[in-house]
Amino acid sequence: MQVSVKTKGEPARETKAVFKLKRKMNYIKKNYILYLLIAPAVILTLIFKYIPIYGATIAFKDFSPIRGIMGSEWVGLKHFTSFLTSPNFMEILMNTIKLSSFELLIGFPIPVILALMLNQLRKSSVKKNIQLALYAPHFISVVVISGMVFLFLSPVGPINALLGIFSDKPISFMSDPDYFRTIYIWSGVWQGAGWASIVYVAALANVDPQLHEAATLDGASLLQRIWHIDLPTLKPVMAVLFILAAGGIMGIGFEKAYLLQTPMNSPSSEIIATYVYKRGLLAGDYSFATAVGLFNAVVNVILLVFVNQVVKKLNEGEGLV
Amino acid sequence: MNNQIKHPKGDRILLQINNILLAIIVLLIIVPLLYVFLSSLLEPNALIRKGFNLSGSDWSLEGYKRILTDGTIVKGFLNSIIYSAGFTIVTVTVSILAGYTLSVDGLVGKKAFMVFFLITMFFGGGLIPTYFVIRDLGMLNTIWAIIIPGAVNVWFIILARTYFKAIPNELKEAAKIDGASDFRIFMSIILPLSKPIMFVLALYAFIGQWNAYFDAMIYLDDRDLYPLQLVLRSILIQNEVQPGMVADIQARNEIMRIAEMIRYSSIVIASLPLLIMYPFFQKYFEKGVMVGSLK
Repeated sequence: MQVSVKTKGEPARETKAVFKLKRKMNYIKKNYILYLLIAPAVILTLIFKYIPIYGATIAFKDFSPIRGIMGSEWVGLKHFTSFLTSPNFMEILMNTIKLSSFELLIGFPIPVILALMLNQLRKSSVKKNIQLALYAPHFISVVVISGMVFLFLSPVGPINALLGIFSDKPISFMSDPDYFRTIYIWSGVWQGAGWASIVYVAALANVDPQLHEAATLDGASLLQRIWHIDLPTLKPVMAVLFILAAGGIMGIGFEKAYLLQTPMNSPSSEIIATYVYKRGLLAGDYSFATAVGLFNAVVNVILLVFVNQVVKKLNEGEGLV
Repeated sequence: MNNQIKHPKGDRILLQINNILLAIIVLLIIVPLLYVFLSSLLEPNALIRKGFNLSGSDWSLEGYKRILTDGTIVKGFLNSIIYSAGFTIVTVTVSILAGYTLSVDGLVGKKAFMVFFLITMFFGGGLIPTYFVIRDLGMLNTIWAIIIPGAVNVWFIILARTYFKAIPNELKEAAKIDGASDFRIFMSIILPLSKPIMFVLALYAFIGQWNAYFDAMIYLDDRDLYPLQLVLRSILIQNEVQPGMVADIQARNEIMRIAEMIRYSSIVIASLPLLIMYPFFQKYFEKGVMVGSLK
């Protein structure tokens, strides 16, 4: 239904633009119902996502509750410099980066490996039941997972009872900063790896079995078939999920870190998100905390763009965007 | 299919190792869950001290009894049902409506809408500015703070859009030729066809809200409004025993004993419903993941 205007030679640019606009207006008038349907999502997003972005300008001001966001005094980058030069800046930044990049390095490949392992099972009923068991932890809340961690790792808990066979000094895991990251990451693997493998298992199910049969006849070993048939199948999915995960590096989940944090392990468990919460909402240092959060968000976007570019290069031009 | 291809010996060994490893992984998942479940029915640390030589006196339902008589957890449970149901209704409605519009071919402004939504996935104003908005709207300490601000889930909108795109255009065009309006088409053709996607989204939304604690922690002060997860947080993480649960007990180590039992049984009460139900819905969950990964 493309109406061509070009037949009359060279129409003036303006009339062309006006014509286009008119056509669009006509479309909107005719299909206004469609715009009504999308309106709730747009309005809610404006209020709860875009207005806060405007509100984040208090990062550049000394926010005073009486004068409001508009009226507060502009102080430029004061809060950013005071965060960047504060003595615990490096510690918090490194904690954030370490926690999330280790989580990515360990948490990303495990579901892939799990899916490759599940894919070797012949009996689909066995496979189904194993998957069912692997998914279970996904349905447990983060509060309960953290509660279980505290119970299991307590000095009188079952893990220490098991370790007690080898030594008689109980380890207080939760108050030792050295254990925090390990606990955080592996409890995450326990909870999420099975669920995360679904996508890969499904992708592998689409591989033509004849490919494997032919390769086996040609003398390819199991590992060779996994390497040359299964992994290439998973590559596109892995690329997309990796970009998304890496883009979330600085946005690492506040929820579990805050739950697993104790005053004793905070040298390794204090990350940007928990710091923002404590300085902002608990201590009322609104402008400063917003500046820290904004710093985090900007680094996050830069990281996302960067990882997307790198993956694009490695993945023959296929990235997220 | 004739599956008589001989695998080399090395492969058969590898497959055996694979089976053993998978068995170990399954045990690593199941044993902690079983341990929690058994501990909720036992005196504290009975499993550690006695292994499987349990005697009758080791079993106890006291944790459950105290939870049910105190009512804090029961109250949280009911609050969570209300929050999760309310949130599910709002978020599924909003996502289905928006997803449908974005699935229409030739929609003017489609790209702008997508960019508008996608930006919020990667960039936001942050915790405090969002808190201010919700406070200024007078939503603090109300159910609205839980069910409205998070209702627009871009992921859900994309899932719904992908689903609607798969509905053949001929269906809509035929209705249009018959003189049906856009609204009629949506109500009488699209909606009846979208039950499966609504169900998938509803499951995700309900479970997500059921297991969440963060928004409630920030926006609710009133303990009577606490959802289950916040109550659990105070019991499991902050080690606060609800005073009503141990009011009749004086001795400190007796309180510790009861508290330990309450911890395990509260985990079971909070988690068992979902753990029992999810196998029945498994195929829907998988469907949701699949639709999403197709982009």
